[in-house]
Amino acid sequence: MTNSIREIPVSEAYLIIGSNTTENHPVIGSMIKREVIRNNKKLVVVDPRRIEMAKYADVYLQIKPGTNVAILNGLAHVALKENLYDREYVESRCEAFEEYRKVVEKYTPEHVASICGIDDPSLIVKAARILAGAKPMALYYCMGITQFKSGVNGVKSCANLQMLLGNIGVMGGGVNPLRGQNNVQGACDMGALNAVYPAYQPIGTEDNKNKFMNAWKVGFELSMKPGLTIVESLNAAIAGDLKALYVFGENPVMSDPNQHHVIEALEKLDFLVVQDIVLTETAQYADVVLPGFAFLEKEGTVSNTERRVQMMHRVVAPAGDSRDDWLILTQLANRMGASWDYTCPKDIFEEIRTVTPSYAGITYERLENNELLQWPCPNESHPGTQFLHREKFSRGLGLMTAIEYTPPAEDVDPEYPVILTTGRVLEHFHTGTMSRNSRILDETVPEGFVEMNPNDASNYNVCDGDLVAVSTRRGSIRVKARVTGRPKPNVVFVPFHFAEAAANKLTIDALDPTCKIPEFKVCACKIERVAM
Amino acid sequence: MDAIQMTIDGKQVTGKKGQTILEVALDNNIDIPYLCYHPRISKTGACRICMVRVNEAALKTSCTEPASNGMIIDTDDDEIRELRRSILGMLLAEGDHNCLYCESNGECELQRLCNRYEVPMPAGDMPTRQRAVDTVSSKGLRRNENRCILCGRCVKACGEIQMNSVWNFTGRGSSTALTSDMFAQLGDSSCVMCGACVQCCPTGALSFQTVLGRGQAWELKKETSVCIYCGVGCQIDFYTNKEGKLVKALGNADGPNEGHLCVKGRFGFDFVQSGKRLTKPLIKKNGAFEEASWDEALDLVASRLSDIKSKSGPDSIMAFSSAKCTNEENYLMQKFMRAVIGTNNVDHCARL
Repeated sequence: MTNSIREIPVSEAYLIIGSNTTENHPVIGSMIKREVIRNNKKLVVVDPRRIEMAKYADVYLQIKPGTNVAILNGLAHVALKENLYDREYVESRCEAFEEYRKVVEKYTPEHVASICGIDDPSLIVKAARILAGAKPMALYYCMGITQFKSGVNGVKSCANLQMLLGNIGVMGGGVNPLRGQNNVQGACDMGALNAVYPAYQPIGTEDNKNKFMNAWKVGFELSMKPGLTIVESLNAAIAGDLKALYVFGENPVMSDPNQHHVIEALEKLDFLVVQDIVLTETAQYADVVLPGFAFLEKEGTVSNTERRVQMMHRVVAPAGDSRDDWLILTQLANRMGASWDYTCPKDIFEEIRTVTPSYAGITYERLENNELLQWPCPNESHPGTQFLHREKFSRGLGLMTAIEYTPPAEDVDPEYPVILTTGRVLEHFHTGTMSRNSRILDETVPEGFVEMNPNDASNYNVCDGDLVAVSTRRGSIRVKARVTGRPKPNVVFVPFHFAEAAANKLTIDALDPTCKIPEFKVCACKIERVAM
Repeated sequence: MDAIQMTIDGKQVTGKKGQTILEVALDNNIDIPYLCYHPRISKTGACRICMVRVNEAALKTSCTEPASNGMIIDTDDDEIRELRRSILGMLLAEGDHNCLYCESNGECELQRLCNRYEVPMPAGDMPTRQRAVDTVSSKGLRRNENRCILCGRCVKACGEIQMNSVWNFTGRGSSTALTSDMFAQLGDSSCVMCGACVQCCPTGALSFQTVLGRGQAWELKKETSVCIYCGVGCQIDFYTNKEGKLVKALGNADGPNEGHLCVKGRFGFDFVQSGKRLTKPLIKKNGAFEEASWDEALDLVASRLSDIKSKSGPDSIMAFSSAKCTNEENYLMQKFMRAVIGTNNVDHCARL
């Protein structure tokens, strides 16, 4: 997030797009609800499903999955045409406005409504007026923006709109992605990505290479060649180029698109190591399984969606002969020629501070004193950064990007006539490794389902609770139908937590060309009632 | 000036404009008892326990009375004590406050105040009237209205923190009772089991279903950590019993969650102590896993990775790091791949 959770009460309006906030980030969902319900703040919700947040919205736009760029351009179009945008902000703080304006000009409400499947184009005008008329306005998004072949364009379109309306670098405004895992922010910050060292320092420069060779006392040249991303690496395994895979606390058999393809890749590997807390679906394919610690058994830091670094403490004694994950990695590295001498997580954090400029001022002592520290925090007297891009953008001027709408990889056709979208439910998390092994959560929602509109249900002769087959070009699952007014007609939703009805048997492994994110949120499927 | 000077129990204290007498007192470590007040919800003024004497004259509820400059407050005198005792006595007589059988024994605010004010056991049968008990309809929450003092904290917690307004009062006078939506049973309602109401309940009227271990309040150990689920980063106080089993989770007010939790943070932690946990390294031999020692397992991984690296090059090895693990662990994983294996083939589930 560019801004902070505690700024939610400061915002005058919210645009929630591609985030089922009350189910996937419920605590933030409640905070936004409180402002909208009790303090009459404005809310616009854009989502293919009539999620709970839609109930409180001043305008709810039920778009077709995969049409985010079009709707965001459409909102910008109205703000420009009616001169509701922040001209002074755009002129003084942004660049490339003219190119952007030219593209956006084509996205009239009527044109956008036809792309997005919105019946009434005037809703787009109404939404744009609300968003442009309230300052500061905060934009919240989640995987409903990013998990598309056009994911990067979706994010840039969010930034475009917020620059146009003068809401970046402003308290209570911002572009606020809600991160879906408790330390996905930190894993990125630490350089667990294929092309950057910690703090997003590119691997491709001589300076950075030398810096890390010195810091790590490496006796060979560090590679400057970008590595593989997750989905690319599975393709490389099938091609025979990737021989060994070390899976650390992940479950790709359940979490990655096109499960059949993932399993084929794992089986092709010469060597698979899995380090996890239970024997996951992925671990079944491993040659060696290493038992790590669960979160309540370990110490260390995690970074939340607002860049706030927090301490985790040991609450319970470790299970059996399982071992601290940092210790496993250290012992393995030392067996392979390294001489790491860490004795505790704090030793590692002290090293992190020396190579990660944005974390340099954060110490275990400050965190244990319950200081609220958000990076960037460059030195020990720095209070941390509540919101980014104050006064000027990190890069200087905010770059507006002219972006055209492009359709998803797979369109519906007579054989696969329905759009499938996937996601999470309130009571479960990701591949279920944790939530399905927690009794109360498991008993509350014990099985998967397909959510479908009553209109579609009647077309396929399906009643609530009937068993249906959901099939795509990649696979087929059988789940119970949940007939509800939530999804847009001709769109069905399947949660991906359930191994016995794995949504990712169905999803497509089309990737965004820039960041390689898979298009989990849209593919073509068919629905058939299964006779019982 | 926004500062307010006033005298509480003979002591000069400073408050802020807009605060109530109770808030100024609490900020200055002066203990005024209360039951319906809670810092995270709006003021109710229902229980009357927080009555104080203002300017040596009238008795006012300190939780609702605005503080003003020059006020002289007495929080305790014979009349106030007698008043509090009589209110507590009536609350006791109305319900079935048998601490022996109550989940809140040892942390109950009513129990603590009755002890402090030496309130005698009410005469006659307890309770005067049986009220609703609903301990099984919800997977997460239990309700026993015989312990309810109608303070309204749960109603406000649901309506002002979680913003779902499941709880409300129905009926009038002595037949006032809780209702969840329009249903008698909580399990039939739209409750999402965030547990905010239980966390605010001053008695044992609302409690959590047993997640894993059980234990009495004074035996439990508390440690704060960060939720493992989404990226909000809620701080949670986890409680363990004498056997080291996890008992319950309460939202910590210092975290970004300001004390609130969702159903996953509240109840989704027993997997840590589940029988499905891996406890020994496993090595696959002839298609089946066999338990191995750490040395055996780590030696095997090191030698296989070294072999593959020398035969097919460092770029033939890949690691998936984890957004479920700490910064320290992720740092080490990318350092391991870059500085030990010699490749940038490291990624994690940021995109999944």
